[in-house]
Amino acid sequence: MKIHIPTPLRPYAEKKDVVEVAGSTAGQGLAALTSRYPDLRRHLYTDDGKLRAFVNFYLNDEDIRYLQQENTPVKEGDNLSIVPSIAGGVTLQIAE
Amino acid sequence: MLRIPQSALEDLRRHGEETYPNECCGVLLGRLEGEVRRASSIARCGNTRSDSPQNRYNIDPKELIRTQREARERGEDVVGFYHSHPDHPARWSATDLAEAHWTGCSYVITAVEGGLAGRTCSFELAGTGEEDKRFLDEEIEVVPAAASIESR
Repeated sequence: MKIHIPTPLRPYAEKKDVVEVAGSTAGQGLAALTSRYPDLRRHLYTDDGKLRAFVNFYLNDEDIRYLQQENTPVKEGDNLSIVPSIAGGVTLQIAE
Repeated sequence: MLRIPQSALEDLRRHGEETYPNECCGVLLGRLEGEVRRASSIARCGNTRSDSPQNRYNIDPKELIRTQREARERGEDVVGFYHSHPDHPARWSATDLAEAHWTGCSYVITAVEGGLAGRTCSFELAGTGEEDKRFLDEEIEVVPAAASIESR
């Protein structure tokens, strides 16, 4: 599978935007990725080994949260995109 | 520093006026050249926060993936994001920082007062991750229309 790395995480993956890894599930692909690039791990997983809530993982055009999460089956040629969330907005407290 | 064509800057400011009193949002596309984020265009996105669009924004990851794919075909990438602050200053909020995760990218904010775009400011999300991320004020260099055509 091809894993697409977002701009902020490329410094931890030899500046690559796409990394090809082997694996039959999304979780196996991510394990292979973080094994090759250990510095990526803390950006994708919490200290207790769960995928970070603000990072989205899309297999082709589907959010793996709504499939089988890390156990989502992956075929050769599939694309797994790592997409940190893009959100925010006005609050009552504005920074000085 | 963020470098952006005048037309793209005007478009993102107009977007904020069109969605007022709700927040608008979108993506800045271009190239990273050293410390300069050189945007060449913007991609307007929908705000998925239909529960509270007047003070929150969220871009659908699916829309970002599609936008990124189209940009990649032109040899471009995501260099930042923009959104509006209806009837609030063009400063980042605590929510903006808490929910920002694209370090090394520009976050552009336009104040929209009573439906008219006011100041537009840009902030670089600096740091290496969640522990040390912070917004830094950054200069916006506006490239006039004629110059932006010449530099293509």
